[in-house]
Amino acid sequence: MNPIILALVTVVLGVIACVTYFFGSNWVLDRIYPDTGPNAGRNINRANAVRPWLFMLPAIAILGLYLVYPVFNSIWLSMMDRSRENFVGLENYRWMIADDKFQESLFNNAMWLIIVPAMSTLFGLIAAGLTDRIWWGNIAKSLIFMPMAISFVGASVIWKFIYDYRGEDQTQIGLLNSIVTSLGGDPQAWITIPFWNDIFLMVILIWIQTGFAMVILSAALRGIPEETIEAAVLDGAGPLTVFFKIKIPQIAGTIAVVWTTITILVLKVFDIVFAMTNGEWGTQVLANYMYRMTFIDGHAGRGSAIALTIMVLVIPIMIWNIRNALKENA
Amino acid sequence: MASLLLQNIAKSYGTVEVLKDIDLDIEQGELIVFVGPSGCGKSTLLRMIAGLEKITGGDLYIDGERMNDTPPSKRGIAMVFQSYALYPHMTVYDNMAFALKVAKMPKAEIDQRVRNAGKILQLTDYLDRLPKALSGGQRQRVAIGRSIVRDPKVYLFDEPLSNLDAALRVDTRIEIAQLKENMPESTMIYVTHDQVEAMTLATRIVVLNNKTHTIAQFGTPLDLYQRPENTFVAQFIGSPKMNLLPGTISAAQDTTTTIDVTAGGVATVPVSAAGLPSGTEVQLGVRPEDFVVAQPGDAVIFEGQASYTEKLGEVTVVYFTPRDGEDSVIAKIPGIADVSKGTQLSLTASPDKLHLFDASGHSFFYK
Ligand SMILES: Nc1ncnc2c1ncn2[C@@H]1O[C@H](COP(=O)(O)OP(=O)(O)OP(=O)(O)O)[C@@H](O)[C@H]1O
Ligand SMILES: [Mg+2]
Repeated sequence: MNPIILALVTVVLGVIACVTYFFGSNWVLDRIYPDTGPNAGRNINRANAVRPWLFMLPAIAILGLYLVYPVFNSIWLSMMDRSRENFVGLENYRWMIADDKFQESLFNNAMWLIIVPAMSTLFGLIAAGLTDRIWWGNIAKSLIFMPMAISFVGASVIWKFIYDYRGEDQTQIGLLNSIVTSLGGDPQAWITIPFWNDIFLMVILIWIQTGFAMVILSAALRGIPEETIEAAVLDGAGPLTVFFKIKIPQIAGTIAVVWTTITILVLKVFDIVFAMTNGEWGTQVLANYMYRMTFIDGHAGRGSAIALTIMVLVIPIMIWNIRNALKENA
Repeated sequence: MASLLLQNIAKSYGTVEVLKDIDLDIEQGELIVFVGPSGCGKSTLLRMIAGLEKITGGDLYIDGERMNDTPPSKRGIAMVFQSYALYPHMTVYDNMAFALKVAKMPKAEIDQRVRNAGKILQLTDYLDRLPKALSGGQRQRVAIGRSIVRDPKVYLFDEPLSNLDAALRVDTRIEIAQLKENMPESTMIYVTHDQVEAMTLATRIVVLNNKTHTIAQFGTPLDLYQRPENTFVAQFIGSPKMNLLPGTISAAQDTTTTIDVTAGGVATVPVSAAGLPSGTEVQLGVRPEDFVVAQPGDAVIFEGQASYTEKLGEVTVVYFTPRDGEDSVIAKIPGIADVSKGTQLSLTASPDKLHLFDASGHSFFYK
């Protein structure tokens, strides 16, 4: 069958199945506990107690199958050898800690972790603060937000053209190199320069995430009561004092949520490194190394050990993030 | 510590005119209250004085200095907002100290001023708390404290009590009156909806008219009550509002004018309508509380049948069946009067309690 038709049929069937499940299960529940008759009140209470579970059941089941089960399987795999048949205990972890490439990945991840959330949040905050004051602010906002709609791989392709390098004697088609050469400098192979190539890759993610930070922070800035700002103006505060002493503290919770959300995303960073350098020239990161170990080197045990490292690093930030988000809503 | 002069102040948003021809001469130490119906521009006028709203016409002088283009913080004013506008992330102490810190005042002096304001406003025990851990009344006092520490020339209050419950409102009103008494030098401008607040606090009241966008009257509370310049003020001040009985001049003497009330009844008002021919249409104003039941021999001003009564103990409020197209006439009779639906009453009033307005609503007293 034509794959497009197949896809369409699958989507339609999937939607019909979902609708049928929700209506059907709800209908059955209402038959079991009718909201009429002598026990109407008790029945309604019981039905209401059961209903959320009924509706969440598919989600819980699927999450369990695709998230929880793999975690346990990974733990198990991380203690197996290359053939996935012999139990080796903590051998993979021992290898991992001693491995140069792993240490490089860990260090790079740490750099990403510090620089990307900080810069994205900072630029997002600046953009949010400035776009509210100008008439073309909404246009600027849309432009800044647009990269959010591009996949990481798509963004990497775009930036490949910016960082492109074509040997000394060829015409440079990379944007950065054409700027450098037009200013009289020598073209550079940007993504092979140690340390700086890391930064060049981070720029891509910052470019994408600034839009996210801006949108959330701009909404938070608008939520600040106008009168507190007027009061500060009457108190003699200038624009900078108002921004740093009155506005930022009032949106501190949101800043924390934005920061940690980006942090979690950064911990999982994979696509950009994969598409741009594939971890060469000292740009390896944990997720990409895990992929390499598992699928290129074919050692699922080592790959799983690295995967679990990422998970352990994400969990505390995740908990903190959820706490903050809950506090925001309270 | 300052006088204010507003000359011809006007405000419009685009083509929408909100205020015009605002002339006010406010002396040092006064407590001026702005009242008027919702949307008449009280807040706008206050915010123009503060500098939060651009003045689109006329001149504003504080202590003789033109302030139209002076930034808010340089005008020597402090403002208390209706919503308090406390900085939610700062303690009570820091809220009060913020302006002083911005002004780079020495730490010791900041401390002394904040603690002093805290003492005046009974906030000493709460200085380390965040605003969210305070009651409405306490937040209100912090907002006032934030003004006091700056020792401004002019205090501006925008409906500061409207978020408080009735009992707390009375207490805080008295506190503000005492505050003013302790700072006889400072000038205050106060916006309110509440007539009692206006009458009790003000040295002079500004009534704003929401139809003409101008000042309806500027005078002392008793002036406004006893000698309203026009029917707008007459009906705005006092509750229930003043009755306006249509009538015609039957005789205009040198110092008195006799009126034929259209609904029947006559009244002689001690004002001169000299020069006006008899038959000129006028409106006779009588406050509900000035009506008294007529004794035999009295000149009856109004006669009618009660359609509804409210016995409040202290007074009995009587509503009369309205004539076509007119408001119900209302009378307030002291004590528990023997009046019920259908009772026929004849009312009179002492001549010096009567008000007389021409057809366009201007008082003859000011002619
Ligand atoms: N930005 C604006 N654009 C147009 N009209 C405005 C604007 N701000 C206020 N107004 C109008 O100005 C008028 C005065 O508003 P203002 O807030 O001063 O009234 P107010 O007397 O304080 O009313 P309230 O007693 O309800 O607080 C209102 O009719 C309002 O609709
Ligand atoms: Mg207002």
